Amino acid sequence: MKEFNPGENSASIASVTDQVRPVKIGVPITSVHFLGDNAAFVGTEESVFLVSGEGKVSPVAVHSGGILCAAFDGARIVMGSDDGKLVALGAKGEVTLLATDPKRRWIDNVALHPDGAVAWSAGKTAFIRSGKAVEKSLDAPSTVGGLAFAPKGLRLAVAHYNGVTLWFPNMAAKPEVLEWAGSHLGVSFSPDNKFLVTAMHEPALHGWRLADNRHMRMTGYPGRVRSMSWSAGGKSLATSGADAVIMWPFASKDGPMGKEPAMLAPLQARVSMVACHPKQDILAAGYSDGTILMVRLNDGAEILVRRNGTAPVTALAWNAGGTMLAFAAEDGDAGLLDL
Amino acid sequence: MPELTSQKIPVTVLTGYLGAGKTTLLNRILSENHGKKYAVIVNEFGEIGIDNDLIIGADEEVFEMNNGCVCCTVRGDLVRILDGLMKRKGKFDAIIVETTGLADPAPVAQTFFVDEDVHKNARLDAVVTVADAKWLSDRLKDAPEAKNQIAFADVIVLNKTDLVTKAELAEVEARIRGINPYAKLHRTERCQVALSDVLERGAFDLDRILEIEPEFLDAGDGHDHDHHHDGHDHHHGHGHGGLKHYHDEDMQSLSLRSDKPLDPTKFMPWLQNLVASEGQKILRSKGILAFSDDDDRYVFQGVHMMLEGDHQRAWKDGEPRESRLVFIGRELPEQTIRDGFERCITTR
Repeated sequence: MKEFNPGENSASIASVTDQVRPVKIGVPITSVHFLGDNAAFVGTEESVFLVSGEGKVSPVAVHSGGILCAAFDGARIVMGSDDGKLVALGAKGEVTLLATDPKRRWIDNVALHPDGAVAWSAGKTAFIRSGKAVEKSLDAPSTVGGLAFAPKGLRLAVAHYNGVTLWFPNMAAKPEVLEWAGSHLGVSFSPDNKFLVTAMHEPALHGWRLADNRHMRMTGYPGRVRSMSWSAGGKSLATSGADAVIMWPFASKDGPMGKEPAMLAPLQARVSMVACHPKQDILAAGYSDGTILMVRLNDGAEILVRRNGTAPVTALAWNAGGTMLAFAAEDGDAGLLDL
Repeated sequence: MPELTSQKIPVTVLTGYLGAGKTTLLNRILSENHGKKYAVIVNEFGEIGIDNDLIIGADEEVFEMNNGCVCCTVRGDLVRILDGLMKRKGKFDAIIVETTGLADPAPVAQTFFVDEDVHKNARLDAVVTVADAKWLSDRLKDAPEAKNQIAFADVIVLNKTDLVTKAELAEVEARIRGINPYAKLHRTERCQVALSDVLERGAFDLDRILEIEPEFLDAGDGHDHDHHHDGHDHHHGHGHGGLKHYHDEDMQSLSLRSDKPLDPTKFMPWLQNLVASEGQKILRSKGILAFSDDDDRYVFQGVHMMLEGDHQRAWKDGEPRESRLVFIGRELPEQTIRDGFERCITTR
């Protein structure tokens, strides 16, 4: 082992690690969002930590329990908790109580629509409150695993065991059910509204082409897919769950059917988070060993943002303009990078 | 790969047929002055009086894994609840899952084998079954769930012993032993059992699969087994201290033993094949194994067709290098299993 020197020589990869502004939050973080002038780090329980441009950390109490889910629409973060409450945090740090479950059930999932509608679920029931503040609910056949709004119209995808229910809350028609055996946990529409993809409990994705409900099986992951992100323009879907970023092609009308996914930025660690740049063909990937890389989609070129050797990356996000990247690891070690 | 089990949150699964006294035991655990905090996962949320800060209602939603095996079922609601609870690490020391009286414990146990995240954060400590001394014998005849719960148990709390005669008690115990001779059995009234007898058992901990002797052998005079023949001619049918012996028609246990080393290249494929083909019948399995040319003990355990195993430690000097296996299941193909096992024994 004499020649092996991980010091200078291994820096053959371009690095911006020295440009990262470290932020010490000190508690586990589950997601991060750019809220107003701050980066907002959502903790695993009770608080959101607002970090200003100067790096000042201000905690805001939002819940009296564990924070189980969070969604962001550019203007507010809406979170559900095991305290049975659904709470919104606005750009000025204001906290608004949106709903309280009468039985104090856990609020497991939340989704936001650009026109202001909010959807959440407790147990088997999905709720929706549209901009006009009318509340409606839908009972799924089993516990709701994930929620997503379609990019067009007021349509909600409700993932559950053995499939997904597609619900138009403003229409009397019976909701459509897309069936596939197994437990569906995460759900996402492609930005062009042509495909629906779920992350399953088993290490696989399942997709449907919405025009004809044709199935798309996306398998081969060593671990469960917990993070999905559509690339700018929705041409491909980046996913965690393997020791490389798995990119499924969605540019053609057949989606990924009959095609191989691209594998980017392979490391000796599991990808835990992915976040595609909002405008360019670049993504950021966080790994189970704490590494963060920026990757160019067309040639796989990598830039090191954070070195390995720490807790898994649990939160990763770009601001809307794509000029800033925020991240956090499970141990509360976070950072901001200006580009 | 050995893992730091100590950092995982222990989970006790509390089962038992309707009316056996699960809630009584649960309340006893929670009210005792032990200085520990429990997160309790129950069914019929809010309908039973349980006094605890962290109490979560579950739905007992069982789903099949997409691996073509109908016995590979997991509790999806548990995956979700444990995931949520892990966000509150530090707020509790252990988790208790109470199942409904009609539940099959297998999907609960399998959840801890199959789910990556659950496996990382929590460990199944033991399946504790509360049984009603007065009615269990009847339930074993008419309720397959009750039989499953006994077969699956690591610890059996035989409750309401004050409501039966000595003869009835002996009868019900013999029936339990006919199904599961390996569980620790405690006779109680109103579930008065030492908490150390039901919690922190480490029954699924590979490092603690030490005693897979039938429990009733230890009942009398400690560990002096007076029937220690050499070779592997250990079949059933010993009489022990006047205990009645029942052989349940469809649920039974099977133990295998060899003091000659096993050939790992034969044994591993055999075991994997066995649980793959008969996994639906095999509820639980465990074993301590001595392989040829291997100075380490190998231990394994399984639920239906899911197995986990590891080298545990070196055999000690003077410790007999003996392999012992136990299967508990329904209509086990005994002769096929015995013959298959024989073929894994080295001939040297």
